[in-house]
Amino acid sequence: MTNDEIRGFIENAIKENSVMLFMKGTPHQPACGFSARTAGALNALGVQYAALDILPDPRIREELSGLSGWPTIPQLFVDGELVGGSDIVMEMFESGELASLLGAEQPEEEAFEPEPQPVQQRPIGLENKLD
Amino acid sequence: MFPMPSPQELQDRITAALPGAEVRVEDLTGGGDHFRAEVVSDRFEGLSRIQQHKLIYDVFGDEVGGPIHALSIKTSTPTGATQ
Repeated sequence: MTNDEIRGFIENAIKENSVMLFMKGTPHQPACGFSARTAGALNALGVQYAALDILPDPRIREELSGLSGWPTIPQLFVDGELVGGSDIVMEMFESGELASLLGAEQPEEEAFEPEPQPVQQRPIGLENKLD
Repeated sequence: MFPMPSPQELQDRITAALPGAEVRVEDLTGGGDHFRAEVVSDRFEGLSRIQQHKLIYDVFGDEVGGPIHALSIKTSTPTGATQ
């Protein structure tokens, strides 16, 4: 897969999934605390989202950051727009802004689990195309 | 390669880029690669969070994700900070 193809795939994923999370690892097995917290916030809101693990190929992160101008992972896109990394997403989660942005209900304080729970996640399957 | 950065160095560089800002940087793990920066600046006025955080990331360019493995950021404006 060429860099252009990876970039095209990323652009497509952002366009086709109204809530699109790029992370290290998966929502079930996050490979980094920042990614875990961000996926955990989405899970706590019970919203459906697509997630892509950037770790299988370093070019995914290069192309993603080139596209978004954002240097770190995770990156959350909603309706094609970069919302933020884990700091911004967590701030917005705690203030209730994330819930209203996603049209979800803000969970009770004690309902929030920082550890990701099983979610209705749609695999994107870029991994399979990298060979 | 870049030398391993210190919290003080990060703090000085943010202050240099945003004159008058109130900047606090801590080394989260003591390992010299996971940092948290809290920045209060009137330069953030009228900017989205994304734009505010990008101003900080831009200070370090490619070092974020490299020697600065993780940089957690909290931004606010002087009016926001005193509320």
